Amino acid sequence: MESLSAFAIFTGILYQFLPVWIALAIILIGCGIFRSKLGLVGKLYDNPIGIIGFAIVVFWILTALMADLVVPFDPYEQVLGMKNKAPGFPVTGQEGKYFLLGGDNLARDVFSRMVAGSQTVLSIAPAATLFAFMVGITLGLPAGYYMGRIDTGLSFLANMVLAFPVILLFFLLVTKGIIEVGIPMYLAAVLFAFPIIFLLILFTSKFNTRPNEMYLYVGLTLVIGLWAYTGLAFNADPLGVFSMDPNTLNIFVAVVFVNSPTVFRIVRGLVIDIKTRDYVAAAQTRGESPWYIMLWEILPNVRGPLIVDFCLRIGYTTILLGTLGFFGLGVSPESPDWGMTINEGRKLLLIYAHPALPPAIALMSLVLGLNFLADGLREESLKD
Amino acid sequence: MFLFIARRLGVMALTVLCLTFIVFFLTNLEPNLQRLAKTQANNRMTDEQVVNWLTQRGYTRNVFIKYGEWMGVVPGWTNVINDVPEGRCKSAGVPQEEWPTYCGVLQGDLGDSTVFKDTVNNIIAVRLSLTGWLMLFVMIVMVPMALTIGVLAGMREGSRTDRSLSTFSIITTATPEYVSGVIFIVVFSSSLVGLKWFKGSATSAMDNITFENFTLPVMTMALYGVGYIARMTRASMAEVMTAQYIRTARLKGVNFSGVVMKHALRNALIAPFTVIMLQFPWLLTGVVIVETLFNYKGFGWALVQAALGNDIELMLGCSIIAVIVVLLTQLISDIGYVFLNPRISVN
Repeated sequence: MESLSAFAIFTGILYQFLPVWIALAIILIGCGIFRSKLGLVGKLYDNPIGIIGFAIVVFWILTALMADLVVPFDPYEQVLGMKNKAPGFPVTGQEGKYFLLGGDNLARDVFSRMVAGSQTVLSIAPAATLFAFMVGITLGLPAGYYMGRIDTGLSFLANMVLAFPVILLFFLLVTKGIIEVGIPMYLAAVLFAFPIIFLLILFTSKFNTRPNEMYLYVGLTLVIGLWAYTGLAFNADPLGVFSMDPNTLNIFVAVVFVNSPTVFRIVRGLVIDIKTRDYVAAAQTRGESPWYIMLWEILPNVRGPLIVDFCLRIGYTTILLGTLGFFGLGVSPESPDWGMTINEGRKLLLIYAHPALPPAIALMSLVLGLNFLADGLREESLKD
Repeated sequence: MFLFIARRLGVMALTVLCLTFIVFFLTNLEPNLQRLAKTQANNRMTDEQVVNWLTQRGYTRNVFIKYGEWMGVVPGWTNVINDVPEGRCKSAGVPQEEWPTYCGVLQGDLGDSTVFKDTVNNIIAVRLSLTGWLMLFVMIVMVPMALTIGVLAGMREGSRTDRSLSTFSIITTATPEYVSGVIFIVVFSSSLVGLKWFKGSATSAMDNITFENFTLPVMTMALYGVGYIARMTRASMAEVMTAQYIRTARLKGVNFSGVVMKHALRNALIAPFTVIMLQFPWLLTGVVIVETLFNYKGFGWALVQAALGNDIELMLGCSIIAVIVVLLTQLISDIGYVFLNPRISVN
């Protein structure tokens, strides 16, 4: 069999993504029809950069969700005789099947690994960013609102973490020895408590005059939260629904730890700015509790910059995860994680360039999409 | 002003103390020490031999005592190992009686590297000067490029130039070094594309920097930073251009380029100054990636080697330098900001 031409490879890749294209088209057209009811997402349609970013991000989310439908080969499978073969090379022994983007150093399909790699990134990056936001918001609100000692102490801690070179922190935190000692678990125990604390304060400050509703929400938070907490932080979920393998937990915790001080600083700065507004003074005069003012008066009013930063930060986290993989600190040596694949590919870069390029371009396009989306959201939210 | 700087330096010292202790604690964890013993002595040692090796060299003592020893406030350990007197403050060719009692950071001694078999002071001096060259060229390329892009884009907000330059800056911030570096190597030095303009490795640049071997690492690092500084400059420039005095100048009949050069530029460049100074911590991560990718054996490369070999004292030395660089640049940016912007005062 002959190798595929460049054009055939291109159409072949487009064809492999067919389920993603269909779902993407449905979502984009659907959102386009109901754009007037969709708020900020609907407004993105007026902004070319924003809508391109939105499309790229949705594309990668769909790819991660439907990876099993998209991949032509098992990303871990080594096919005999396909080592370092060029893009479009026919698979030996399987009629009509090609390695669209060639084979890597261990004779695995580069295209399938790139697609499967999106799952690793998209399962860690958004969740880790969300946790970092929970930590940053829960600590940044009181620091900005009360100032004084709390602020001095917390700011010192935040600046300390920020003064640390990220890469050194990763080398120290993401090693086998650290897992044995259990430091990621302790860190997780602290960091994962913040979402629960956040939700508890959120509900108690809002419903303190309506005990029935308060007990309902607090109860739900405690049951679900503590259930997930035991599962994720200590891997001790009795039902086995929530669990995270020690390696992933280690990376997850390291990424949250690196991101939260920046979020803290952003939230703190926003709160200092907003707390001088009249509606805050009005709430204080009404005698609302400080936490009610922080969570229900100030927080909703800083959501704009926070949403924009959230998008940017997912992109930054994606870059961080890639950096980790690049230094061989990724999830597991076999996994198709983008950073690790780039790292493996770069060793033979001058002879075989094709294994390193697809994950590099994939990572770049995802981060670019998130940045475009953030830019579009910023412009649209500034308009009104 | 003096009080402000003194207080900042105090906080700085405290931060360095805390951070080095954290590094110290993490590198001195049980599994890391065992790995150190095995890489240093013999990979097939029994657990008992490992403990013995560590005890003889004072690694099993309390972490605070060891930290004090490293700081130079606790006397260094001495012991007789295999009939040879050994000690932390041992120096070759000097009899035991004349070894100093204290040898730590306060005495200006950062200890010995177990990976490179040299003093940390020497390694850091050599590696840091190599990285200094890299940084210098990155700054020479990055800062003028970023400022030009930012000023051109912010000059006429919303124009086509602005749109395309802003998109370019977003693209560069979305491309981390390990992605752009790989793409650059493939395009400019691999046989796949066949241009082969530059070298894919910067190892030869350690002795002799040439256009051929240094372009790719410098471009890779500069490009990632350009976007961010350019966007800050653009925002600052766009804000200045809407100010009253710019309109006044225009109405007086000063032409557009004159307004930009004489009136807007000076005020628009205050904010980017801070941003450029605050880029240093981030440049440090970039240095590690780029030096690994292009095999340029500078500070970042040494840090990676130290981390992989659990070289405790080299890692501590590297983190001290890194943290001091970061904190000093923050201080300089704050002080510089006050000088550049007379409306702000330190109090």
